[in-house]
Amino acid sequence: MNFQIATLLGQDGLTNGAIYALLALSILLVFTVTRILLIPLGEFVTFGALTMAAMQMGKAPNIEWLLLGLALIDCALDLYQYLKHRAESKKLKVIALKLSYVAIMIGLLNQLPLSEIPMALQVVLTLCLIVPIGPIMYRLFFQPLAEAPALVLLIVSIALHVSMVGIGLLLFGPEGARTEPFSDSNFRLGSVMLKSQTLWVILVSIVLIVTLFIAFERTLYGKALRATAVNRMGARLQGISPIFAGKATFALAAFIGSASGILIAPITTLYYDSGFIISLKGFVGAIIGGLVSYPLAAFGAIAVGMIEAFSMFWASSYKEIIVFTLIIPFLIWRSMNSHNVEDEE
Amino acid sequence: MTQLTDNILLDVSDLHVAYGKVEALTGIDLTLKEGKLVTVIGPNGAGKTTLLSAIMGILPSKGTIHFNGKDFISPEVETLVSHGLGLVPEKRELFATMTVQDNLLLGAFQRYRRGDKSYDQTLDEIYQLFPRLKERCEQQAGTLSGGERQMLAIGRAMMSKPKLLMLDEPSLGLAPLITREIFRIFADLRSQGVSILLVEQNARAALKVADYAYVLEGGQVAMQGPATELANDPKVIEAYLGFASKHQELLSS
Repeated sequence: MNFQIATLLGQDGLTNGAIYALLALSILLVFTVTRILLIPLGEFVTFGALTMAAMQMGKAPNIEWLLLGLALIDCALDLYQYLKHRAESKKLKVIALKLSYVAIMIGLLNQLPLSEIPMALQVVLTLCLIVPIGPIMYRLFFQPLAEAPALVLLIVSIALHVSMVGIGLLLFGPEGARTEPFSDSNFRLGSVMLKSQTLWVILVSIVLIVTLFIAFERTLYGKALRATAVNRMGARLQGISPIFAGKATFALAAFIGSASGILIAPITTLYYDSGFIISLKGFVGAIIGGLVSYPLAAFGAIAVGMIEAFSMFWASSYKEIIVFTLIIPFLIWRSMNSHNVEDEE
Repeated sequence: MTQLTDNILLDVSDLHVAYGKVEALTGIDLTLKEGKLVTVIGPNGAGKTTLLSAIMGILPSKGTIHFNGKDFISPEVETLVSHGLGLVPEKRELFATMTVQDNLLLGAFQRYRRGDKSYDQTLDEIYQLFPRLKERCEQQAGTLSGGERQMLAIGRAMMSKPKLLMLDEPSLGLAPLITREIFRIFADLRSQGVSILLVEQNARAALKVADYAYVLEGGQVAMQGPATELANDPKVIEAYLGFASKHQELLSS
């Protein structure tokens, strides 16, 4: 291995690592707030990438129908509850808002010349299509189970993952897709060639991570989400609804997932079922962080990206095994160091 | 009752709560008028905490809870909080890994959400009331002492400017001097017009600060009346106050 190859691999590792870090953070976020291990996170990645690709081919992405279907079920349930409990009339307004949002999205997708509009607009449209699916998923599949043990939540999460892979095949077909890079130029740093998409990935990841950090440490909404994770009953007594927290974190996870998909779509070809392995590597990062520490998880995820890149060079057929074996020493180390801390008071 | 309904803040009627098949509360009626301090006393296991939990919506219940002009039947916690009900639970339920200041600010979450920006002022008022909390505002809530935690829990509940503040055993596990301070604060709050529903084991101190009192026994209201009358009622003295517990009175002086 010479310096040139090492920098190339390092670049690759860093790009992947940045994506894994984003995914690790959202897995952690969802887990701490809702106790759900979000296995379907990877599907948001592929849905993001494939929706973007469909738009660039000038087709209205089929995901609009998934959004419509889920929104209809959601609104039907809302309506049923409204009629049963005679809740405030605010509910009706919310239902109308949701439905008109979906209608506007479908209208836009079928009216705009999708392949010709600027890429930034395509990105915004993709996010607007996928992000709402997150909270609706929480509402439909997890909210009724909010008090269930973590194992039940995990099983539901796996079921959701499997069905979303199937839905992905149905919506996007079996072909892989790649999108155009955000910008075409390459940079030269000394003797090292930098692909501009690599810079995009790293830049956007850093911006997202910093924004998340500020949102969680500085704003009251972020603190409210953290508070739900720290003490559920305490949060409820301050009027912070765990349902609100669940929906908000799922929206964030869907946003981060689909944004990651959009970011890596120009670098790798993604298929309807590629998401799982990607989010699993993010998960390894999150495990290294012990499912509690955000900086450790981000660091672990970048390490995963690096190890993956370099093992690709030395033992490419074993790269997945090497990455996933990494989890074992960390689990052993964690289990030796952890002492079950009882809840205070 | 023939009271004017317009100044009744909380009116609980025929409230039943069951843990499985065991009925913990069997038909409680309780009324609280605006600006009054009402206390609920009674022995262990009488259902005092259950009563507060049911009113707050933490436990499912049967019966009507009339609060601030609206009727609720087995409501959600968040709904009642947004209508101006605050609870300081027995377990405090603080956000242990967050700072004292963050704990307090989160108490104002509902106001923040409604776009009410005056909560900074309330924060100052609470710091004036509990200077100790101001000294420790950057400390994690989990590192506070028992008394400070109780102050924080009360302060956090007050950040939402509740119409009715419900307190569950605020003196539990506190040193007598701190208990005295906390009871003094209740008297202060009451004179500021905050309505309070106080559940206490420390019957003598509670009766001293309260306007009206209920005695709970076995999930039912055994006695009720103006606090001064109950404090002199021979049955109450015998069962809950005792001649030996005269020292408790000092706590509220």
